[in-house]
Amino acid sequence: MTAAEDTRVGGVSVMWRKALSSAFVAFCAVSVLIALVPLFFVAFFVVTQGLNSLNAAFFTQMPKPVGEIGGGMANAIVGTLIVSGLAALMAVPIGIVSGVYMSEYSGTRFASLVRFAADTLNGVPSIVVGVFAYGVAVLPFKQFSAFAGGFALGVMMIPIIARTTEELLLLVPGSMREGALALGATRARAVFSVVVPAALPGIVTGVVLALARIAGETAPLLFTSFNNRFFNTDLRQPIATLTVQVFTYAISPYDDWHRQAWAGALVLVTIVLICSLLARVATRRLERMHARG
Amino acid sequence: MTRKDLGFRIATGIFGAVLVLIVASIGYELVRQSMLSIQKFGLSFWRTEIWDPVAGEFGALPFIWGTLYSSIVALLIATPIALGIAVFISELCPGWLRQPLVFLTELLAAIPSIVYGLWGIFVLVPAIRALEVSMPAVLRRLPIFSGPPLGVGMLSAAVILAVMVIPFTSSVSREVLKSVPPAQREAAYALGATRFEAIRAALFYARTGIVGAIMLGFGRALGETMAVTMVIGNNPRVSLSLFAPQYTMAAVIANEFTEAADDLYLAALVEIGLVLFIITLTVNSLSRLLIWSMTRSATAVAASEPTPEPAAEPA
Repeated sequence: MTAAEDTRVGGVSVMWRKALSSAFVAFCAVSVLIALVPLFFVAFFVVTQGLNSLNAAFFTQMPKPVGEIGGGMANAIVGTLIVSGLAALMAVPIGIVSGVYMSEYSGTRFASLVRFAADTLNGVPSIVVGVFAYGVAVLPFKQFSAFAGGFALGVMMIPIIARTTEELLLLVPGSMREGALALGATRARAVFSVVVPAALPGIVTGVVLALARIAGETAPLLFTSFNNRFFNTDLRQPIATLTVQVFTYAISPYDDWHRQAWAGALVLVTIVLICSLLARVATRRLERMHARG
Repeated sequence: MTRKDLGFRIATGIFGAVLVLIVASIGYELVRQSMLSIQKFGLSFWRTEIWDPVAGEFGALPFIWGTLYSSIVALLIATPIALGIAVFISELCPGWLRQPLVFLTELLAAIPSIVYGLWGIFVLVPAIRALEVSMPAVLRRLPIFSGPPLGVGMLSAAVILAVMVIPFTSSVSREVLKSVPPAQREAAYALGATRFEAIRAALFYARTGIVGAIMLGFGRALGETMAVTMVIGNNPRVSLSLFAPQYTMAAVIANEFTEAADDLYLAALVEIGLVLFIITLTVNSLSRLLIWSMTRSATAVAASEPTPEPAAEPA
């Protein structure tokens, strides 16, 4: 065997293979950079444009009529809190208990069906959830309302919480449940006094993340909670939300409204960032707890 | 099982049933509300190119075209990048960099659609317009680059969709790559493979799951609403041009639903929603099936015996 043959495998030289390999590694590293570019640019513009426009009035004042400079989104901020709160009221109990069902009876057929439903619901486009909520919660009452908005967001929130709860409960060591059962506890007692509390920090994290996600939703609110130029706490009336307000202002032709849209975006992104960081810290602590056993 | 335990099972099961009920009633409600349009237009609804609510003409072809076109172009941009990220994070990067990178890519998924849209209108669209203006005239004669350089249009929508899809595809691909037995790579290295060849073997082993990850991204792109609505130009027209303002199914519902004055108009919009629901349902189910079959078979292999299947391909 000559040296020339030695360096060739299937007619390809080692040098070429090494070069290809390096090119591939470089490509992968560059992809990470490419993905970080939009993240950086979005963050940069939201922070610089948003900080320029964010002031006390944004949080305390109502929107001004068209043409008048100034005003704020006080009503929309309260609206987002109300609508997200309604969603959580609906989704937290349903999500957690159905998550308990999926993990406790995880081998059964019905649990698989519930899991399939949760995954399906998770993939339904938000705009379609809006159309559904319009049919169920707006049409019968002939009225856009905060309720309808909360219902739409609740529908989106349920599967996220259910799946998170299920996954976390499955992480709880089986010996804890068995211990409780061996002491004579009923299944319900074992689950709610032992298994769920063990996973509770994680479940709370999941709820916070789900809240952050739905608070940033716009599409399901466009024709459920609609929008409102006035301050409103009546749940049967249309209500303003940050996201819908940002949308309305962004597509308007007025500079001052664009300015406020950026301020609204900054508030939204801040909420999301704080929730993600909180969740990350909480998960870290959970992991350390598990590591210690 | 005691009586009390049965009660617990039924009580929690009822909550689970709520999820099933919601999915079923979404389907039912969409069909019920779109009946008027389904009966009036039948299948021609999806072949007609004219959308003129004032004249009472409803054809959904431009929307389904816009949705598919924007999602496919977005996928073409996003898939190589997403796979590159997944490989970099799971195979190449030093340990200390892994968590921060995972966090940053996840942040990309956490930014609300409306914020992407706002950024799209004021930053991305002008940038794309500049790109379109500076394109050499020779290329501009091609059908995919024809039309005036407006900035708003298919290209802007596809780029923003790609950004939004990347985190989903890359995080699932990462999971899938994690489920490839280390012996696959070790065997490749033992045969003298370069890094690329070893990773290629791992990717090939994981191909089912990776196709699933790409489809998951596709499902996300199809249903994405706000950001696309704000940059695609909202013009119901079938065009091959990346520069042309077009429209998507989700966008037309978002824009026109509250303006739909008569019942037929509303029913036509709901029918678009119904089809969007069916398409995303199919794509998502298929993608989950692929990912599931991949991760399941991988854990089965890892659990049963240490010897993996024969190497996927000679390195």
